[in-house]
Amino acid sequence: MSWLGPEEWQAVALSLKVSFWATLVGLPIGIFTAYALARWRFPGKQVVNGLVHLPLILPPVVTGYLLLLTFGTTGPVGGLLEKVGIVFAFRWTGAALAAGVMAFPLMVRAIRLSIEAVDPKLEEAAATLGASRIWVFVTVTLPLILPGVLAGAILAFAKAMGEFGATITFVSNIPGQTQTLPSAVYAFLQVPGGEGPAMRLVIVSVVIAMGALLLSEVVARRAATRVAGG
Amino acid sequence: MTLEVDIGHALGGFRLNVAFEAPPGVTVLFGRSGSGKTSVVNAVAGLLRPDRGRVSVDGEVLFDTGSGRWLPPHRRRLGYIFQEGRLFPHMTVRQNLSYGRWFAGDGASESMEHVIDMLGIGHLLSRRPGGLSGGEKQRVAIGRALLAGPRLLLADEPLAALDEGRKGEILPYFERLRDEVSVPILYVSHSAAEVARLATTVVVLQDGQVVRQGPAGEVLSDPEVMPTGVRGAGALLVARVARHHEDGLTELEAGGAALFLPQVAQEVGREVRVRVAAHDVILAREKPEGLSALNLLPGVVSAIRAGEGPGMLVSLETPAGTVLARVTRRSAQALGIEPGAACHAVIKTVAIAPEDVGGL
Repeated sequence: MSWLGPEEWQAVALSLKVSFWATLVGLPIGIFTAYALARWRFPGKQVVNGLVHLPLILPPVVTGYLLLLTFGTTGPVGGLLEKVGIVFAFRWTGAALAAGVMAFPLMVRAIRLSIEAVDPKLEEAAATLGASRIWVFVTVTLPLILPGVLAGAILAFAKAMGEFGATITFVSNIPGQTQTLPSAVYAFLQVPGGEGPAMRLVIVSVVIAMGALLLSEVVARRAATRVAGG
Repeated sequence: MTLEVDIGHALGGFRLNVAFEAPPGVTVLFGRSGSGKTSVVNAVAGLLRPDRGRVSVDGEVLFDTGSGRWLPPHRRRLGYIFQEGRLFPHMTVRQNLSYGRWFAGDGASESMEHVIDMLGIGHLLSRRPGGLSGGEKQRVAIGRALLAGPRLLLADEPLAALDEGRKGEILPYFERLRDEVSVPILYVSHSAAEVARLATTVVVLQDGQVVRQGPAGEVLSDPEVMPTGVRGAGALLVARVARHHEDGLTELEAGGAALFLPQVAQEVGREVRVRVAAHDVILAREKPEGLSALNLLPGVVSAIRAGEGPGMLVSLETPAGTVLARVTRRSAQALGIEPGAACHAVIKTVAIAPEDVGGL
């Protein structure tokens, strides 16, 4: 990608890294949350459901500011984590946290839908054959929801690649540290002569998004034929 | 191996209150839909936790509200054959069959080859359930439950989702299961024909209560027991295959009386059970002459049950066993049919379908 300048390349690489980690760390939490929302009955379920969806509805700037208040070095959680060496404020890890939080509702929705599509009677059948809850999940539920999990992951990755408002509010726009692809586009557009690099980043952005969509289509179709096939 | 069940459970407005004992062999929970049969099986399997009661298999308590004991389904070691098969769609037939086996470890005693052979599913092993017919799926489901090394097999209307032809295809596998495998079976059904062919013991359920339980022949010959309505009533005769005739008939011998049936599959000398539906039996006070029906059993009326409507159910003690006959009230009065009256039961040979005859 020699047609990308060093600063542009840095932004693309950082965005890929941030989105990768946001998706990877978010996935187990997302699967757990989706499973709890789909299958369990517990008090406060609606509150949890609301909290999960909040980043989807709130202005991203508000989410970013709340993250700053909570996970900033002076925040209640941020202060505790700093003692064990985990710092989010103005680091790429903070960008990953912001991206992960913003992408979380999309991920949970996709996975939850696929869990709700799994017939609990199959899980019952597995239990009568000697599988404990964990084994039922690993051998029956998880394989059956895999297309949904992959779709959720790809969707979350694409969303993380494009996250701007919460990221810039929480961890600012420091080149090489927290300047993700959208932040870089924004920064380039603020200076005269920045249209060229901005346009190149826009193209990269479109290519990655299209690629993610195509990939999720292929994955879903392959999983569907695998289950239905004779 | 004995299963003891005594449970009570309220489900909405429906109250289940059931106590019975299932000795070795096939115990059929018999009743119409909504009588609580599936709830009972689910309680035994641990998929339903009843409000009160106790379930034990061969002395091991699976559930007891008294002591608070509750064994989760995966630790009960019971094989459950569901109405809809419930095969895992993402696994091959072979993986489905091995599933329970893997958890059972050393507990699985049936050999994979024997079960695959008995059910005739060897050619399906690498296929996925999505491509199987209803009958094939159900055979795999039977194998999967059996291979998990269960102490008891549960079957919840395993034939109900199949068409008539497929039912006839699967039923013999349950007979083989009863005869070749030592595992006792608790079998739910609302079909009198299935009960007649499979049951060793019958437990009749009605509106969540046990109304009758006992050996199959005894319960089915009782005119007071018609859980699925008078149309399902029919007695069970045990007979021995005496001869296969060249004209396509099989001669059976039951208590000294001869019965002619359309060709049955069993060899000469084998004992078979024959279900004679009550509406296929005609009663005559005198021995009829010049009749096309080949089967004529002399007997004495032992009980009469008058139902609603114009029909009555008459039970007749014959040398071959108790026969149930459904006649109109008008004929019963005209002929003077009452307990103690001597009668002849006329059974049309072709009225007994091949699915009414089973091995013993």
